Amino acid sequence: MSLALLVAIGVGVLMASGVYLLLRARTFDMVLGLTLISYAVNLFIFFMGRLAVGKAPIIRAGVPENLANYADPLPQALVLTAIVISFGMTAVLLAVAVRSYAENGHDHVDADGGPDVATEAATDVATDVATEFGINVPPPTGSAPK
Amino acid sequence: MSSSQHSLLALTLLLPFMGAVVLLRVGNEQRKLAAWLAGAVTLASFALLLTFAPMVWNDEVPRFRVEWLPSLGVGFGLRLDGLAFLFGGLILGIGALVVLYGAYYLADNDPPARFFAFLLFFMGAMLGVVLADNLILLVVFWELTSVSSFLLIGFWRHREDARQGARMALAVTGLGGLALLAGVLLIGKVVGSYDLDIVLASKVVLQNSPLFVPILLLVLLGAFTKSAQFPFHFWLPRAMAAPTPVSAYLHSATMVKAGVFLLARMYPALGDNDAWFWIVSSAGMITLLMGAVVAIFQHDLKGLLAYSTISHLGLITLLFGLDTPLAVVAGVFHIINHAVFKASLFMAAGIIDHETGSRDMRQLNGLWKHMPITATLALVASAAMAGVPLANGFLSKEMFFVEATVVDSHQLLQFATPIAATIAGMAGVAYSLRFIHDVFFNGEPVGLTKTPHEPPRFMRVPVEILVVLCLVVGVFPAYTVGPLLSVAAQATLNLPLAAQMPQYTLSIWHGFNLPLLMSAIAMAGGVTVYVLLQRKINLHTVGKLPGDAKVLFDVFIENITVIAGALTRLTQNGSLQRYLLLIVVTAIAVAVAAVWLYPAVGVVSNLPMESANVVVMGVALIGVVAVIGTVVVHRARLTALIYMGVAGLVVALTFVYFSAPDLALTQLLVEVVTIILMMLALNFLPKQSKPELAGRRQVNWRDAIVASAAGIGVGWIVYQVLTRPFASISPYFLQTSVPQGGGANSVNVIIVDFRAFDTLGEIAVLGMAGLIVALLLRGMVMPVRNENPPSGAAFGAKMPETARQSLLLQVLASLLLPVAIMVSIYFYLRGHNLPGGGFIAGLIFAVALILQYVAFGQARAEASFKLDYGKWVGWGLLAAGLTGIGSWLVGFPFLTSTFKYFSVPLIGAVPVASAMFFDLGVFLCVIGGTMLALASVGKLSRPDRETA
Repeated sequence: MSLALLVAIGVGVLMASGVYLLLRARTFDMVLGLTLISYAVNLFIFFMGRLAVGKAPIIRAGVPENLANYADPLPQALVLTAIVISFGMTAVLLAVAVRSYAENGHDHVDADGGPDVATEAATDVATDVATEFGINVPPPTGSAPK
Repeated sequence: MSSSQHSLLALTLLLPFMGAVVLLRVGNEQRKLAAWLAGAVTLASFALLLTFAPMVWNDEVPRFRVEWLPSLGVGFGLRLDGLAFLFGGLILGIGALVVLYGAYYLADNDPPARFFAFLLFFMGAMLGVVLADNLILLVVFWELTSVSSFLLIGFWRHREDARQGARMALAVTGLGGLALLAGVLLIGKVVGSYDLDIVLASKVVLQNSPLFVPILLLVLLGAFTKSAQFPFHFWLPRAMAAPTPVSAYLHSATMVKAGVFLLARMYPALGDNDAWFWIVSSAGMITLLMGAVVAIFQHDLKGLLAYSTISHLGLITLLFGLDTPLAVVAGVFHIINHAVFKASLFMAAGIIDHETGSRDMRQLNGLWKHMPITATLALVASAAMAGVPLANGFLSKEMFFVEATVVDSHQLLQFATPIAATIAGMAGVAYSLRFIHDVFFNGEPVGLTKTPHEPPRFMRVPVEILVVLCLVVGVFPAYTVGPLLSVAAQATLNLPLAAQMPQYTLSIWHGFNLPLLMSAIAMAGGVTVYVLLQRKINLHTVGKLPGDAKVLFDVFIENITVIAGALTRLTQNGSLQRYLLLIVVTAIAVAVAAVWLYPAVGVVSNLPMESANVVVMGVALIGVVAVIGTVVVHRARLTALIYMGVAGLVVALTFVYFSAPDLALTQLLVEVVTIILMMLALNFLPKQSKPELAGRRQVNWRDAIVASAAGIGVGWIVYQVLTRPFASISPYFLQTSVPQGGGANSVNVIIVDFRAFDTLGEIAVLGMAGLIVALLLRGMVMPVRNENPPSGAAFGAKMPETARQSLLLQVLASLLLPVAIMVSIYFYLRGHNLPGGGFIAGLIFAVALILQYVAFGQARAEASFKLDYGKWVGWGLLAAGLTGIGSWLVGFPFLTSTFKYFSVPLIGAVPVASAMFFDLGVFLCVIGGTMLALASVGKLSRPDRETA
């Protein structure tokens, strides 16, 4: 298998998994999904500079400065900051998730709990599911800010 | 092209805007001050305009130009040619009279400062339209007239009809403005410039372009909506809900004239072809006839004048549509005449309304004996409107009749135009007669609330001035309006020299000819029609005429609302999942469409492609399993985190393998911090994901298919790109890295030097992210959810502090801290030449601190370090920003880097680049942002902590 095909599959799997998790209804799953998507995007940008093995872009005296001898530094510079920024994004989303859980008493991505909360309220299924997963259905746990 | 700057021209335009701003600060109780201020500003601007008269008559075009959007080729430029001079004169001259009139018209409870501020704002916008020297600027001012007229029409905001009328005017003219913008952009595309001089000289290019018809239609849509041409005329009668000074201004000299101004302005570029001829002349002719006939049956004085205005605008449009130079001259002439007599008539109608309390012609009768002077003035102005000899309206009407009879290029119109012109003339006479007869004669007033009397002396002055103008122009046209008409028409036809003008004579008497006969028929016919109508069916008993386009407008608006509502309900159902799905599906659809429309370019490389060895394949397999595993076990969140950690490690290994040591280090460190943060957050979140819909299947196949499509698409793009040769700009960075950046690690040089401005933005984002987390969680207390045993790294668990602390870990952490800090500094220092730098060093430092938190508990760690991470972010940004400003001080652009080698004992030559200080900012900011986020989440379970 060629390296190109291998990394293409890798990015594709990351993106597909990330998107699937992004579309979940729970905040934490969504954050996981976004993290996987940012891996995929970072690798995508990185690979736009092509694949170079053993050619780190650190200038060595006497070696002509071209792309035959060095990996493309520009996508690397872009991705380096992008990695750190995605951490910032993850942190903010997690804070939002925690805050939203405290305020709403559930971890659905919609404040009103989405369509299933209404369903659960009407039936006892919620308790069944909870029991099945060994979870106590959480009462609103957040307390008001001081 | 005269290149001298005429700043006074800019001042002419700016004065009304400045006046409007000043008036907004004037109290509404200072009635006189407001009116005086508005009047003074208008007169000053008018006087400034007049100072340019000698230049305009000398075939010069005074200009003023400053750069505005140089990258788009759009300047803020003004030019004053004859046409602009004419319109500027009308706008400011009649504007001054309207201010005087308005001062007396406004009731005690009408806020005068607001009124005059709006009026000046509108005046400035109109001036901008006529003075603009490029089409983009013209459109900007055009939209400002729509907005400001909305404010003026809706001035009596407590009245529903005023609000409705204003809204309708804005909707119709605003829509036209958008069409005009589209047309202008197309013109720019075809001509390659928005500059009016160039566009007007590009007739051939424009008219040979396949885009010509769309351009013409779009520009005309703008002109017709503004000038209330059929079928867009319906907004104008409803705009009569405005105070009468506003009507007198908007519907005589300004707002609606902007549309015909556009026709005149664009005529040299867009006129003189069949499409123009047919569209413009037929729209004009229908409007002319429809307006004139409907006007006869109005009972409201202002309604009659409104439809008369529509009719006269139709006449002007028709003249431009006839597409001959002389018809254009006649059109320009009628613009002047109509402005003068219609302004005076509106003012007269306002006086009648003001002094009798009614505008209904079924109530108003026999006012002659109560207000003889006003009656006389109205009589003369109506004569001008009807086109009676000795008044100015007669002259332009005669010119129109002449042009109507010489239409010879089109068989059908050769007969239709003169007949239509005569019929419209008859109707014009009839409604003018009704205006006079029904109001001032025809019996006694019926049921008026006030006893009619003459208005205050100075309220009549503007009417008097305008009526005198009607007569003077009507009797001595060649000596009064002649020169003005000449320069304006010359500019309209875009002729550089006066000598090139077509020949015409301005005089009352042209001998016995067909136009005179048409005038006579119109006069006699109009009187007959009016008398017959009053005798046979009594106009007072005519009910409302069958509905106009307002019905269509209402249906249109209603349908838009319904469709918008349905669309909103379909897409905006309040579910984030739905939105994200739509976004992802749209992105996939766009990508598929792009690939389908533009098949992949470039040749697939024939170069032998490197194949993956067994180790690489094995690592990749681990990665794929870890990623898919994350999805499979995602309901058990802690387990999912472990899988994701493995996936992150494989990403880091990918960076290692493909020659990106900096990225690998960063990825590794970020991975550590991210996983810790997620575990911390999980302390306060459910440890498991509930299935989304109770009793539903576990896998959502719809989402799985969408996700797979996204993954396959992205993977496919990566493969397509990697199998093609490419040219990169990066050799530049490799070559200049050492000589210009002073560093061998070109990734780091790019980050802190070549693209330092980007980096400055990025560390600011990271710092802000940390602050957002801190603020979001500030003051919150959350119980730790303990259904599972506490996770190892969680340092907020609700257990006795000692119970979860490992002595071994504490000892190791204490030993590690200085070492880690040293490593961090080492990576920071070497970053310019070897893998490392501010980002990596900052992350190492942060991880070292986190280890202390884990080992000793947050309370103790914070107590011993006393670090305020918010300040670190601030210092970091300051350091990076000051480095940039430093290069200003020595005369270089922001963030220009410099470097020197210093000889340090034991270590040797150390390069000290100014970029090092920048990187120090990065370092501090990364520590601050990261720790701020982590500490804020960690604090959540500690009610004892300070809420700083």
